[in-house]
Amino acid sequence: MNNNANPVMRADSVNVFYGKTQALHDVSIDIKQQQITALIGPSGCGKSTFLRCLNRMNDVIENCTITGQITLNKEDIYAPSVDIVALRRKIGMVFQKPNPFPKSIFDNIAYGPRIHGMAKDKDDLEEIVTNSLDKAGLFNEVKDRLHNSALGLSGGQQQRLCIARAIAINPEVLLMDEPCSALDPIATNHVEELMWELKANYTIIIVTHSMQQAARVSQQTGFFHMGSLVEVGRTEQIFQNPVDKRTRDYITGRFG
Amino acid sequence: MNSIVILITAICLTLMSGFFGWQRSKNIHNLRSRPIYHGMNHGLKVALPMMMTASIWLISDNLIIKPTVMSDLTHNNQITLADPDFHYLQIVQIADGLIKENAFNATINKAVEHYRVTKQNTDSAIFWMMIIAGLLGFRGVTKKFHRNTPAREQVERIIKLLLAASSGVAVLTTAGIVLALLFETLRFFNQVPFTEFLFGTHWSPQMAIRADQVGSSGAFGALPLFAGTLLIALIAMAVAVPVGLYSAIYLSEYAQPKIRVVAKPALEILAGIPTVVYGFFAALTVAPLIVDLCEHFGISASSESALAAGLVMGVMIIPFVSSLSEDVISAVPQSLRDGSLAMGATKAETIVKVVLPSALPGIVSALLLAFSRAIGETMIVVMAAGLAANMTANPLESVTTITAQIVTTLVGDQSFDSPKTLSAFALGLTLFCFTLMLNIIALRVVRKYREQYA
Repeated sequence: MNNNANPVMRADSVNVFYGKTQALHDVSIDIKQQQITALIGPSGCGKSTFLRCLNRMNDVIENCTITGQITLNKEDIYAPSVDIVALRRKIGMVFQKPNPFPKSIFDNIAYGPRIHGMAKDKDDLEEIVTNSLDKAGLFNEVKDRLHNSALGLSGGQQQRLCIARAIAINPEVLLMDEPCSALDPIATNHVEELMWELKANYTIIIVTHSMQQAARVSQQTGFFHMGSLVEVGRTEQIFQNPVDKRTRDYITGRFG
Repeated sequence: MNSIVILITAICLTLMSGFFGWQRSKNIHNLRSRPIYHGMNHGLKVALPMMMTASIWLISDNLIIKPTVMSDLTHNNQITLADPDFHYLQIVQIADGLIKENAFNATINKAVEHYRVTKQNTDSAIFWMMIIAGLLGFRGVTKKFHRNTPAREQVERIIKLLLAASSGVAVLTTAGIVLALLFETLRFFNQVPFTEFLFGTHWSPQMAIRADQVGSSGAFGALPLFAGTLLIALIAMAVAVPVGLYSAIYLSEYAQPKIRVVAKPALEILAGIPTVVYGFFAALTVAPLIVDLCEHFGISASSESALAAGLVMGVMIIPFVSSLSEDVISAVPQSLRDGSLAMGATKAETIVKVVLPSALPGIVSALLLAFSRAIGETMIVVMAAGLAANMTANPLESVTTITAQIVTTLVGDQSFDSPKTLSAFALGLTLFCFTLMLNIIALRVVRKYREQYA
C-alpha cells in the first residue's frame, strides 16, 4: 500500500465540546493523499463530529468549541486568517441523507461553479456539469432530463448527484458522512465503485456504519469509541490484526 | 315548563342509564367491549332519542301553537286580520311579559290566555314524549345487551356522526351566507344593470327617498371602488412585503434564539391591535404628517389620503407576512442549508439561492393571504382614506374602497329594498369572489410545490 503518501490533512490532539460535554478526546490522525480513509465505530462515538470539524461545519452549531489543531496542506484551518468559505470550497462534503436542492439537475451541479465563478461562459459551465455528472457515473442516466427537477431522481441517483455536485467545484478532499446509509445494496454498490474511481483524483474520508464497506473501499481505517480515536492503521491490519481489544470486540461483533 | 328542569332531567336520565350499563357489564368476564363503552352506549342510546324528541320544540311554535291560536282567534271572533304575523308577535310578547297587557282589547287578552294554555300543554306533551323516547331507548339498549354486544363500535359510530354534524354546521353556514349574498345581489342587478356596476366609472349611491326630495338618482359604477381598493392594498403590500420578509429572514436565519423568542411574539402582537386603533392612528397621526410633509415640498395632499390608509394598513399586515414566512423558512430542512454551506457558499448566498426558493410556495401563499386581508380591511379605510369615490392613481388623493362603501351604504336609515342598500350586497359578493379567488390561487400554489423538499 501507498504508505509514504503525503498527509494532506492532519489532526493533532483535537478536542470538541458541546457546551460542557466533551464529544471528542484528543484525536490525532493523518489523512493521506489520494486514499480513502474510513472512520468506523458505534453510534454516538464522535466520528461524524470529527468529520464535521474537518470542513468547519461545526461552526454552524452554537456553543461548540474546538481545541487542538487541524491542518490542510500544513495550514491551520482554524487560523483566524482562514476564510471559511474558501476552506469549504477545498473540502467538499456529502451527507448521510441525499440533499439535492429543489432545483433542476443542471442547476444543482452548476450551483457551486456559479457561486465561485468557475465558468467563463455558458459552454464552460455546461462542460463542468457534464464532466461532474460523468465522473459520478450519472451522466448517461440523466442526460435527457438535465433540466428536470433533481427531486425526481431515485435515492441512489440523488446521492450520486450530491457527489457530482461536491466534485463540481474540484475540492482537494471529499468528506462523506455515511453516504450509503439511506441507500439499497445496489445503489450502495454504485457509490462504492464511484469512490474507487474518485480515489485517483481526490482524497476521501468516509464515515460508515458498515464494516464491510470500510473493508471494501478504504486503505486506512480509524476506529472511534466514546469520543476517542482508539486505533488507526492500514485497513487490512485493523480488520485482521487489531491491536486494541475494543477494536477487536467491535469488529468481531461483540458490541456496537 | 322550565327549560333548566328539562335539561337536568335529560342529563340525569342519561347518566343513570350510562351508570347502569357500566355497572352491569363491569363484572362480566370475556366482555367484547370494555365496560366504559357499554356505559357510554347505554347513555347515548338514551340521550339521542331524547334530543331528537326535544328538537320538536324548535318547530312546535310554527307548527302547532300558532295555527291553533290564530285560527281560534279569527274563527271565534269572525274577523280577518290584515297582518296576522304582527298580531301573533304581539300576543307572544304579552304572554312573555315583554309588553303590557292591552287593557282595552279583550279579544287579544283572550287570545293571550289561549296562547298560554296551548303553550303549556304542548310543552308538557313534548316533555313526556321526550321521557318516553328516552325510556324506549333504554329498553332497546338493555334488551340487546349481551356479552358480545359491539358497544365500542356503536359508540364510535355515534361519535363519528356527531363530529360530521359539527363540520356540517360550518359548511352549511358558509353556504347560507353565500346564498343570502347571491339572492340580494340578484335583486340589486334587477334594478341596476350588471355592466353598469362592473364597468361604470361613477359611484354615487345617494337616492332620493321621497319623490319631492332634491338629490341624485344614484349611480352605481363600482370601478372607482375597485381602483381605490387596489391602490390602498398595493400601498399596503409595498410596505408589508419588504419589511415582513426581511424580518422573517432575520428571525429565522440570523436572530439568536434569545432574540427570537421575544421578537416573534412581539411582532404577532401587532396583529392583535384592534383595527379601529390603527384607524385613528392613520387618521390622526399619519395623515396630518403626510399633509405637512407634502406642504413642505409644495405638493398639495388631501387630509384623507390613500397613502395614509395604505401605510398604516401595511404596518397592520406585517405580522401576517413575517410570521407565516418565518414558519415556512424555518421549515426548510437544515440539510439543504448544510449542503449549500458545504459547497463553500456564504450564508447570504445560501439564503438567497437555496432557502428562499425552497420556501417560495409558502411565502407566496403568505403574501396572498396578507393581500386578501388588506383588501377586506375596513376600519382603517373608513377612518383614513375618505369616502369620495375618486378614480385616481394618485396616492395623495382621497379614495374609497369596497368595504368602506359597504359600511356607508348600510349606516343610517334606509329602506331595505332601495338600490343603495342592495348595492352593499353586490359589493360584498364581489369582495367575496375576489378573496376567494386569491385563496384558491394560494392553495393551488402551495399544493403544486408541496413536495418541494423530499
